[in-house]
Amino acid sequence: MADIKNLTKGFIKQNPTFVQVLGMCPTLAVTTSAENALGMGLAVLAVLVMSNIAISLIRKLVPDNIRIPVYIVVIASFVTVIDLLMHGFTYDLWKTLGLFIPLIVVNCIILGRAEAFASKNGVLDSIFDALGMGLGFTGSLLLLGSIREILGNGTIFGLKVMSETFKMYLFILPPGAFIALGLLLAFFNSLTLKKQKKGGK
Amino acid sequence: MGLFAIFVSAILVNNFIFSRFLGICPFLGVSKKIDSATGMSLAVIFVMTMAGTISWMLNQLLAVMGLEFLKTIVFILVIAVLVQFVEFFIKKTSPSLYEALGIYLPLITTNCAVLGVALLNVQNNYNIVQAIVNSFASALGFGMALVIFAAIRERMDNNDIPAPFKGTAIALITAGLLSMAFMGFSGLKI
Repeated sequence: MADIKNLTKGFIKQNPTFVQVLGMCPTLAVTTSAENALGMGLAVLAVLVMSNIAISLIRKLVPDNIRIPVYIVVIASFVTVIDLLMHGFTYDLWKTLGLFIPLIVVNCIILGRAEAFASKNGVLDSIFDALGMGLGFTGSLLLLGSIREILGNGTIFGLKVMSETFKMYLFILPPGAFIALGLLLAFFNSLTLKKQKKGGK
Repeated sequence: MGLFAIFVSAILVNNFIFSRFLGICPFLGVSKKIDSATGMSLAVIFVMTMAGTISWMLNQLLAVMGLEFLKTIVFILVIAVLVQFVEFFIKKTSPSLYEALGIYLPLITTNCAVLGVALLNVQNNYNIVQAIVNSFASALGFGMALVIFAAIRERMDNNDIPAPFKGTAIALITAGLLSMAFMGFSGLKI
């Protein structure tokens, strides 16, 4: 029986970015604007769902000791599909994301879910798991991308939200990515700590 | 581009970690002790240089056969094999290093820096010598960043860090400051 918990756990409780700290490279690299972040998040979501379905279908056929190479080939095939699709339909986005689309192959979230979940669970559960983790990842990317775009450029999805002179350019540059993510992580940590304190009493 | 320009730009200006964001997972994961950071750097330098070179050659072969769209799949397989090889080698020669690197050793396969350099070589249309220099220099830049960062983190152990910032959060902010320092190189004209 498919369990709805498999869907929701990825949103907050096991959020791939802020709780598990996985897939940091695209998280830092493509979040210069909300639009790029959303594009990357959706691409990862698509690959994750397809690879989880495929891997949970073949999980009983694959011998245990060669499973990792098999998973990587499955994932790489789907990434190639997405890469070609994005090249065909969303050329501008494909160009900005550049190297990071083929690099979805080595995104630890995808191999991590394949190994930890899809290789042990049925198809429906695996789809739920992939959707939850993918949406959690997309949400985190969108959050970070929005913050960086608002602070760095005064816009969100290209719309002006701050005054003309408001621009902390640092947040668009590489150092801003590290700092913004670090502060966000600290913020989420402090929330967890508060909750623990309350629970302790 | 001249070889020297490629070399310097790969190490300093386009440092893999601080400006390209490739290989962040091992950068955050294995940077707690200088010893393991050095071991990891050496392993990555070896894997990246080999992977860059071999994948460049394979790409020529794929281009002849008109199968360039398969390059991601082919490259990742080459890398997986190389990592397996390095794993055997380290296990035999230095079991203590093997212990210290732990899970991060097989994870070099999923280190985006390795696949990244292979793809960058192809994307920039480098010839074989340029590809080798670029792979080696990028790996060197990665290693350098890792060792510098590990040295800072070892010192940070003794500092009084506010509770919510402990662990990855403060590490990321430190990396941000380091990255700012590295941005100083972006004005470098070679």
